[in-house]
Order: sequence, then C-alpha cells, then structure tokens
Amino acid sequence: MATFLRYTNTSVTGFQLKNPQNPFYLHSHSQTRTLSTQKRLVTPMAALSITPTTNISHTFRKLKDQGKVAFIPYITAGDPDLSTTAQALKMLDSYGSDVIELGVPFSDPIQDGPVIQASATRSLARGTNFNAIMSMLKEVVPQLSCPIVLFSYLNPILKHGVEKFMHNIMDVGVHGLVVPDAPFEVTESLRQEAVKNKIELALLTTPTTPTDRMKDIVEASEGFVYLVSSVGVTGVRESVNEQVPTLLREIREATSKPVAVGFGLSKPEHLKKVAEWGADGVIVGSAIVKVLGEAKCPKEGLRELETFIKSLKSALL
Amino acid sequence: MAAAASGSASTTCKTHRLIASPLPKPYSTSSTQLPFKFTSRATAAPTSISCSLTRDSAALQMDDKNDNGAFPVLPRPDSFGRFGKYGGKYVPETLMHALAELEAAFHALANDEEFQKELNGILKDYVGRETPLYFAERLTEHYKRPNGEGPHVYLKREDLNHTGAHKINNAVAQALLAKKLGKKRIIAETGAGQHGVATATVCARFGLQCIIYMGAQDMERQALNVFRMRLLGAEVRPVHSGTATLKDATSEAIRDWVTNVETTHYILGSVAGPHPYPMMVRDFHKVIGRETRKQALEKWGGKPDVLVACVGGGSNAMGLFHEFVDDKDVRLIGVEAAGFGLDSGKHAATLTKGEVGVLHGAMSYLLQDDDGQIIEPHSISAGLDYPGVGPEHSFLKDMGRAEYYSITDEEALEAFKRLSRLEGIIPALETSHALAYLEKLCPTLPDGAKVVLNCSGRGDKDVQTAIKHLKL
Repeated sequence: MATFLRYTNTSVTGFQLKNPQNPFYLHSHSQTRTLSTQKRLVTPMAALSITPTTNISHTFRKLKDQGKVAFIPYITAGDPDLSTTAQALKMLDSYGSDVIELGVPFSDPIQDGPVIQASATRSLARGTNFNAIMSMLKEVVPQLSCPIVLFSYLNPILKHGVEKFMHNIMDVGVHGLVVPDAPFEVTESLRQEAVKNKIELALLTTPTTPTDRMKDIVEASEGFVYLVSSVGVTGVRESVNEQVPTLLREIREATSKPVAVGFGLSKPEHLKKVAEWGADGVIVGSAIVKVLGEAKCPKEGLRELETFIKSLKSALL
Repeated sequence: MAAAASGSASTTCKTHRLIASPLPKPYSTSSTQLPFKFTSRATAAPTSISCSLTRDSAALQMDDKNDNGAFPVLPRPDSFGRFGKYGGKYVPETLMHALAELEAAFHALANDEEFQKELNGILKDYVGRETPLYFAERLTEHYKRPNGEGPHVYLKREDLNHTGAHKINNAVAQALLAKKLGKKRIIAETGAGQHGVATATVCARFGLQCIIYMGAQDMERQALNVFRMRLLGAEVRPVHSGTATLKDATSEAIRDWVTNVETTHYILGSVAGPHPYPMMVRDFHKVIGRETRKQALEKWGGKPDVLVACVGGGSNAMGLFHEFVDDKDVRLIGVEAAGFGLDSGKHAATLTKGEVGVLHGAMSYLLQDDDGQIIEPHSISAGLDYPGVGPEHSFLKDMGRAEYYSITDEEALEAFKRLSRLEGIIPALETSHALAYLEKLCPTLPDGAKVVLNCSGRGDKDVQTAIKHLKL
C-alpha cells in the first residue's frame, strides 16, 4: 500500500530548523534491504496529513499560492548505486524538495558537463539500466511526498518505444519528463504519448532561443518551463547569468506557466538571487551530484548531501 | 503516395497530413513529429501518430519508380534536414539557433560566385585538385578470370590531396564559411586524426584558433597525427569520458559548441551530426563524384558501373556517390568495418548490425545495446571506428539504392598489402576495407565493367599499426 507523508507548511519550517534529527527519516543507512522496511517515528509536534503526490503543475500552483519558490534538486539514478539513490530521494523529499529531477544515465550525454557525465559513467559502470531504475522507483515513489520528473536523453526512450516508455514511467509514479536533445519540432509525438499517460513533458528554452521560438516552446511545455540559465552544458558556475531576469520577463509576457531556472546554480546566494528575480523554481544539479557521487563512500555522501540541501533550502525561506 | 516528389511533407508521416499541425513558423516546417514507428496498444486510429516511414519507403520503392525506372526525386534532405525518416536536428535547444544560422549562411554562400571562386581556387592551388582517376592496371589484372574476362578497376586518388585524405575538401570549405560568419575559433573532433590534421591545416592557412578533441585511447594509437596537429598550431584536447574514443570526442566537441556557440564554428568531419552538417559536408565533398563523372567520360566515354567506398561516418562515400544517386544504372557500394567479425561483438558495421536511434544530433542507424546505450565499436582503422553512420547512408540503404557490406580487420590488412605490392600505393587502413571488398565483388562483375573505388587516403599514418600486425 502506498502511504504518503506530507508536511503542512507551518510545520515544515519549524521542524527542519529546530530538529537536526528528522523524526520522519524513513530508514537507516545500515540496512541493505532499504526498500522494503521503514522506520517511522511520529511525534505529536508535527501536524501530518497524508495526501497522494500530485502532478507538477499542481505542485507549482500550490507553492505559488503560498508565495514559495520550488526547490528542485537533480540526481543521477545509480550514482554511486541505486540503493543510495533510493535513500537520497527520500532524504531530498524529507528535507523539503518540492519536485525531484532524476536523471537516467546515458552513454553520450551531450548536454551535460563533466560532473554529470562522470556520474552517468559511474552509474552505467555499475550496470544501472532502465528496468532496475523502474524497480527502484516502484518501491520508493510511494514513500515520497513530492513528484518526480525523469530526465532522459532521446535514444533510450526510442529504444524502449515511446509508448512503452511513457507507460512504464507512469506505472511507477513518475509525473514529469524532460528530454534535452528532443528539439521542440519533434516533441509533439512525444507529448501525445506523454499526455495519454498523464506525464507532463517540460520543455527547455535558453538564452539563444529567439523570442518567437520561445513562445512556441512555452506554449507547448507542460508542468513547467525549464529556463536554461546560460549558454552551455550543465555544471557549476561562479555566478548566475545576468540575462536571466530579462529572459524571465520575456517568458512571463508569453505565458503564465511556472518557470524553473537551472544550470550552474550551486550556492544559496544563487538560489536567493534567482528567487528574487521572480523564478517559480530553482533547479540544482551538478553541485548536488558532486556531493553525492564524489564522496568517500555512500554513507558520507548522504551525510554531506543532508548538510548541503539544508543550506540551499534555507536560501529560499 | 505518388506525390512523393511533391514536397517535403511527403517524406514524413502520412498521418501527419491528416492531423494538419498548425505551425506556420519559419523555423519549423513539415517535420513536426518523430518519424519513427511505434505500435500503439489499441488499433491505430487514423489520427494516431503511427507513422511508419519504413512502410512509406517500401511503398515508394515498389510503386513509385517512374517510367524509366528512376527513383522519384525525394528531397535529400528536406527542410528539416531529413532523408526519409533519418537525419534531423536532435540537439540541445541552445544549438538550434546556431544550426539555423549555419544553414542560412551555407545556402547563401552556395549561390555566391565570389565564395565559390575563392573555394575553387583554394581546392586547386592549395589542396591540389583535381585528383586523378587512375586505371589500376595490375589490380585489374589480379581480378582477371582464367578466360581473360574481368572488370576494369579505377582508383579515384583522394589520397593525393594535401594532407593525404579526402577530409580536407570539407575542412577548407567550412573554414572559409566560418570566416564569412565572423567566427574566429574553430573546434573539431577526430578519430584517426586525419580530420583533425585537415582542420589544423586549414586553421593554420586561414589564421584561425584551432581546438581538436580526440579520445585519449585514439591519441595513443595515432601519436603521429597528434604531433602533426600540434606542429600545425592546434591544441589537441584528450577526452577521457565514456570510452575515450571518437564517439566521446564528438560528444565533447558538441558540448564545447553548446557552450561557445557565439564565437565558435564546429567543423564536423563527416556526413553525420545534426542538420545542416550531413548536407553541407556531402556538398563540400561532392566534387569527388563530379570530377569522376567528367573523367569517366574522358577516359571511356561513359559512366562508372559500380562505385565502391569505405564507410565510417560516410563522408568520402557520399562525396563519390552523390553525383550518381539519380543514375539508376550506377551501383553504389559502401564497405564498413567488421572488426573481429560481425558475430564477435567487436566491429563497427553500423548499417549491417545497428538499429535506428538518435546519436550526436541525427536519427540514423547506430550500434546500441538493449537499453539504448551506445556501444563502443572496434576496427583496426580508427577512421571507421564510429558507432553511428551518416543519416543519408541509412536512407540510401533502406531505399535499396545503395548496398552495404563489411570487411574484417584481417581482410583489410591483406588488401593494405595487396595494393602496396600491386600498384605501389600504400592505402589508408580505412580505404583498405573498400579495397578488400573487391575480392568479393570483382568475380561477380561482367567483363569490362567499370569499377571506381574511392582511394580516400594514404597509409603512411598506419605503418605503425601495420608493423604490429604484419610480418613482412
């Protein structure tokens, strides 16, 4: 049976800041059969309501009503291994992620910089494959309160068959999909199958996208609009591209759909800035992948991840 | 579907026209949907996207040859860069505008007399064109049957170009194009190093900054070319990610381009990659076929009967074939690398053993595993060691217009020796694959059949590899 835990807004803030030990942390590191056993400590201090995860659009709508900016971390499935990914997903969820992006590793990720490339290579070297990711998600998604957006290059999707792929990811509870090397022109057929399976296909727009084209992209994008903050591949950057406010403004003139900004964001200051500029969500990828994937061991990676997430999340409060 | 020639929409889904997608934008035209086949669980309703272009192309083959047996003139490519269902632009959004700009510049310059004049001048005086069409007397003798009959074998001597391969035709033209675009920084990927050397050469000639991405593994086996590139002033950047070979160097070059698109031009070395590259690179190499037609006419008053070329990405083959694609009486044969053998799992025979997918911006045949991960290929020749293939070749194969076979490392080495001994020409190991196929082809050809084989490169760069494998 799927059970979902959802924090109410007032409790979340207080809880996380005051309690270093999260009583809702669902299982311990030491357990290898982590997917099937859960430890739950319910304290009377938190107000809990159990609701099913909702889709991406709905999540953004709720946050907007609350005047909040979505915190969207990205991790690569299977780096360092799927069991750690499962734990990381739960941790990211419990520390206040609003949407989580999960990357399907690909052998030739042309949109990704060295950090995420390396994470894909590590994951594939361990034998991560689509079916294994789906099995993991089938167990884990019911334990999450925030929706998952899958991030996959086009070839693996085509290999599985678009219809089968969409059906499979829907089946394990995924709500959204981003395909970085499918240009707008070909997304219509992807979208038709996605819609049938209630998957929201979010499209990317970038600083080099001409305005007319951007308008078509945001019109067709579902769930949210992914604004790539800079001209380049994924990877940590020192500062945020100063073009972002202008790009956000242009997008707002074209659509009322939520806009999440990603690529390069790695520090609390970045998130604060982007939130002030009016983004509806901030996506942090390489910085998180680096912490998790390059740690001495998974246990330490998860520990460092916890600290990092808290510091990032605090910038949005 | 007799309306095949009526416009670009014909090469995409039949059902697409029923849906009448309203996209009146200059940048997106007919192909708004993924033109691949997928079966829906329910029976496909007329408006469902069950476009099967394999179905379309089969129909074209059988029903649509016109009266004199020629194939209908399909756009190669259409405005979205598709050859049938192959090709296209499957790249990150950041690159879409740059690709559109590049295409516009290419078309403008194709009609620009000044540009054409300048390019032809460089091809003549710097590259050394036109290259000879050489009658290989002793090779022809080798293939004579006991009754004295056999085909006549000619070699198109692309190995005589400056830098020793056909690669420079494209490099020179793209460097000129980059200059017209005002780009001062050039990047390229390279496998064997021939394209890298050609790019470094033209950058030296035109005073452009040059960065070459090369797989770390390839750098080891082609150390001579690495040295040459550096001597020519290029920076050679090793790529360690993935399998550290050509496909990873290509991925890294694409990443560099995504990041530096505003200042940089990417000189892609083959007829692969996103549109407009397959079309552009073919067009810059089509001089090979054009010269061949003229030379054939001069030499024997006719056309070649069979064209043979090795296929890695497919640039030298397209350069030779393109001129003759619409001449139905000219057979087109491409030869890929079978490495240790087609069943060994260690080969690069994409068109024989691959499946359709998307790699480096184009939909084409490629070598992939069950999960859609790209497989590392193997060939003794680094230039054929690519797990993809140009989309136009995928199209020609499906259409039945061109035939594709493969040759093992061993067979290629034999041919490498054979041409050296019989004609005093040491061919590149890549070219040796095409030469090896003559062993299988020539016995089947009628007396006097004219075979033109693209001698795409010379083998000086391969002597170290040959030393390891050949006992002389």
